[in-house]
Amino acid sequence: MSNWKILNIDVDVDSLTRIRHLPFFISSFALMAERLFKDEATEEKGERARMASFIGAMAIADLVKTTLGPKGMDKILQSTGRGHVVTVTNDGATILKSLHIDNPAAKVLVDISKVQDDEVGDGTTSVVVLAGELLREAEKLVNAKIHPMTIISGYRMAAECARDALLEKVVDNKLDAEKFKADLMKIAMTTLSSKILSQDKEHFATLAVDAVMRLKGSTNLESIQIIKKPGGELKDSFLDEGFILDKKIGVGQPKRIENAKILVANTAMDTDKVKIYGARVRVDSMAKVAEIEVAEKEKMREKVQKIINHGINCFVNRQLIYNFPEELFADAGVLAIEHADFDGIERLGLVTGGEIASTFDNPESVKLGHCKLIEEIMIGEDRLIHFSGVEMGQACTIVLRGASPHMLDEAERSLHDALCVLSQTVNDSRVLLGGGWPEMVMAKAVDELARKTPGKRSHAIEAFSRALIAIPTTIADNAGLDSAELVSQLRAEHHKEGSTAGIDVISGSVGDMAERGISEAFKVKQAVLLSATEAAEMILRVDEIITCAPRRREDHM
Amino acid sequence: SDPVEDPSFGGILGEMALAFDEFGRPFIILREQDQKTRLRGLDAQKANIAAGKAVARILRTSLGPKGMDKILQSPDGEVTITNDGATILEQMDVDNQIAKLMVELSRSQDYEIGDGTTGVVVMAGSLLEQAQKLLERGIHPIRVAEGYELASRVAFDHLEHIAHKYEFSATDVESLVQTCMTTLSSKIVNRCKRSLAEIAVKAVLAVADLERKDVNLDLIKVEGKVGGKLEDTELIYGIIVDKDMSHPQMPKQIEDAKIAILTCPFEPPKPKTKHKVDIDTVEKFQTLRGQEQKYFDDMVQKCKDVGATLVICQWGFDDEANHLLMHRNLPAVRWVGGVELELIAIATGGRIVPRFQELTPEKLGKAGLVREKAFGTTKDRMIYIEHCANSRAVTIFIRGGNKMMIEETKRSLHDALCVARNLIRNNSIVYGGGSAEISCSIAVEAAADKYPGVEQYAVRAFADALDAIPMALAENSGLQPIETLSAVKSQQIKENNSCCGIDCNDVGTNDMREQNVFETLIGKQQQILLATQVVKMILKIDDVISPSEY
Repeated sequence: MSNWKILNIDVDVDSLTRIRHLPFFISSFALMAERLFKDEATEEKGERARMASFIGAMAIADLVKTTLGPKGMDKILQSTGRGHVVTVTNDGATILKSLHIDNPAAKVLVDISKVQDDEVGDGTTSVVVLAGELLREAEKLVNAKIHPMTIISGYRMAAECARDALLEKVVDNKLDAEKFKADLMKIAMTTLSSKILSQDKEHFATLAVDAVMRLKGSTNLESIQIIKKPGGELKDSFLDEGFILDKKIGVGQPKRIENAKILVANTAMDTDKVKIYGARVRVDSMAKVAEIEVAEKEKMREKVQKIINHGINCFVNRQLIYNFPEELFADAGVLAIEHADFDGIERLGLVTGGEIASTFDNPESVKLGHCKLIEEIMIGEDRLIHFSGVEMGQACTIVLRGASPHMLDEAERSLHDALCVLSQTVNDSRVLLGGGWPEMVMAKAVDELARKTPGKRSHAIEAFSRALIAIPTTIADNAGLDSAELVSQLRAEHHKEGSTAGIDVISGSVGDMAERGISEAFKVKQAVLLSATEAAEMILRVDEIITCAPRRREDHM
Repeated sequence: SDPVEDPSFGGILGEMALAFDEFGRPFIILREQDQKTRLRGLDAQKANIAAGKAVARILRTSLGPKGMDKILQSPDGEVTITNDGATILEQMDVDNQIAKLMVELSRSQDYEIGDGTTGVVVMAGSLLEQAQKLLERGIHPIRVAEGYELASRVAFDHLEHIAHKYEFSATDVESLVQTCMTTLSSKIVNRCKRSLAEIAVKAVLAVADLERKDVNLDLIKVEGKVGGKLEDTELIYGIIVDKDMSHPQMPKQIEDAKIAILTCPFEPPKPKTKHKVDIDTVEKFQTLRGQEQKYFDDMVQKCKDVGATLVICQWGFDDEANHLLMHRNLPAVRWVGGVELELIAIATGGRIVPRFQELTPEKLGKAGLVREKAFGTTKDRMIYIEHCANSRAVTIFIRGGNKMMIEETKRSLHDALCVARNLIRNNSIVYGGGSAEISCSIAVEAAADKYPGVEQYAVRAFADALDAIPMALAENSGLQPIETLSAVKSQQIKENNSCCGIDCNDVGTNDMREQNVFETLIGKQQQILLATQVVKMILKIDDVISPSEY
């Protein structure tokens, strides 16, 4: 899956190819009389190095720019690997992860978007777009003969000031459970509105909020299982309070168990090997082979008996269960499920409150899992095993339904974003308004700072505010609105103290964000601001790029 | 002068020198000699100097607080962004022999001192540049080398003369922090240089042996994890292991842990001698099975018996052993690396136990708190071992926006740690900002006149070369290099104050004492010695034989 290329052809792709060729064209200038590097290694200096990294970073930002906001467009990614797998997405991190990039500065941006994804889960596009805009402004300043270090110190001051401005405006409803839940709903809807799920955002927002509330403050999203089943429509997706295991029940075993006692295990149920090193079977007659086979079988029978002695009626194993033990379980009326993957096992342990066992000699002290009902259910065409009435309410399952696997993949990514943001918000419950409101608040504060700051740095601070405004501008542009008009209206609106105005993309006008219920998590915005500044700073500091000769591929490849 | 006519350089250039026997047949002196190119005499020296200068030129712009970074792309496409001289040179993948010497130079400064790796290369480059001028005037390279040697000794002694002793104690660390801040101010992390410098100093003091004036930097582990902010970087009096509990349901927090540190796997033993256990009867099969189960039971029992509440193991466990441990309520961590294991042993005061039979209660390590901590939305977890019996091992845990940032922070902190260590070893400092170089330059210039021979010129050239560092500092800070340097120099002589340097940060004063910019004395001395040595070596080369290109 590592080699992808972008299929939709637009201007951005042109600039990408341009960057790729840039080093070669520059290297002809940089070659000195004395050969210092290995063949094919290149070196770029000063202005040229800076130009190469600016162009690279801006090209990447422009590439994902069109996906920003509720009316952002999707991209098709086609892998160059076998099968030419196609992905349709507008998730910034996914797009950037799939690109094959040569330009080092562009790699920095890809990296920050990945980190944003890992840390807060959303805002992956915004962070790249903001970093790109910061660099675009920086390029103008560099051309106006302002030293990069001066720009950096200006940017730092501006970022600090912008963060303080946001901190002043945050709303924290942690103590009021009702309001807090409403906040979460708003955040989830805002996040989802830019994704494929926007049609049913209310439905999915409820799903996501319910799921996250169950976690009770933990950020471990592993306990939320997402099962994708093609068929039906997106609206048919549902949250199940129990646990669904995508496995089949063994032949001849009960299909429905009430008041189940579950033993979750990770043990070999094929042939239990002798683990003493160097042991091997050596016999001199067929009869002895048979004897040992019987002994082996006996051993398995004993093991199964031990397991059954735990007083269970359901046994879930991570590894294979061979026919023989399966038969024994069936005889005892125990439901045996084989080959559940590791995550499934861990989750099942978590939900049912059982421990994952590997030895079975002390049945009295092994904690068994419990649930009210195990039954086989049908979703679409597939049969799944459903555990309901579980003890621990933390885990849950979201079943996604949709027309095609591509759609489901994208829906999963979108839902994942929403879940990430929500789980982070549960811990850091500070909330901001959305729709370009935070950017305008920051821009206003930064502008004021610029006016107060003497010296060349003020230019950089001013530029920072312009870069911030570029985000609402892009959102409006992507929605096909008159961005120049809207943003200037917005700015006028924000001149008033305590304004809650933002861009309402749906109606195409400036509107009251608090009224429309558009909110964003403070943590996401802060991460966007700080990592974008950090990345821009990193790229600005560079004045030389040295590229080593690419490692030679082996001949047989 | 044309070296062909100059007998002192001897030989014919360009062509390989051939020797003929009495019948006019050529002797082959070098194997496959027609496939090699050869540079001799002045040409060789000039080519070498050019290569050395080229390397120095790359690093020149990275010097000082306003120095720029370089992007380095490795053969596999990995990107590194840094302004650490040693790292740049290491990853540059140079091909030229002389350039490799410069790389070695910066590396040895890194090993010995840990800081000033950029400065030493810039210094060597400028010495080479001056040497070239002398060679062009017909001075023999050996005489230049000798002159440099004399001059370096003068500079070395002069540094000692202008050095200050800086007093600090375990409680008053302000001076150490200031020095570390000078080092950090040239890095990208200078945004939080104060807090990082404090972390570095605290870490070094925690592991330092102030009586013996020695610091074992191996006891300081620097771990990084992508995510969070640089400000979240913290010093942990204990160890962090990038692992999680072997069984997902083991307790995530253990107080007053007694730790068994094992290097033997939780598996039946594997004798090193070759052997086979033959199973030929059912009885044997059954005894072997029983034996196997007993092994596992015994192993866990051993750990329990000595009172361990946590097992840290270098190897993996079998599923069965894992469950047994969990079952007997004995949390365990597996696949812990050897170095980490050693650190844990040092920190907790435990002993590494290679065999279960050797487990005794005295060999257990003790820690006040062991906990597992999760990060971000991914399932990364790390284990913190804190409040250890012996807090002589510490961990600096770096957080940052992206991988490159973390790597660069690691390198910067390494420099800061080295500086703090050097100060503890020897608390003499000189002032930074190029002031020490300017002061040395004045001293060497004055000393030059005392030498009657050709060396006088070389010594004077050395003084000029010393000016290159303040010059580069001024240039990188956007000041007029020549103007600034001459102003500072005259100020030093007029006021007889060796603390005047380049005001890189535009603070308004160029007295480095007021700016609190220090460097260690040994670091500076080492720079001058190493740079001179390498330059001498390069000057002595008069013949370069290399395989020609195909």
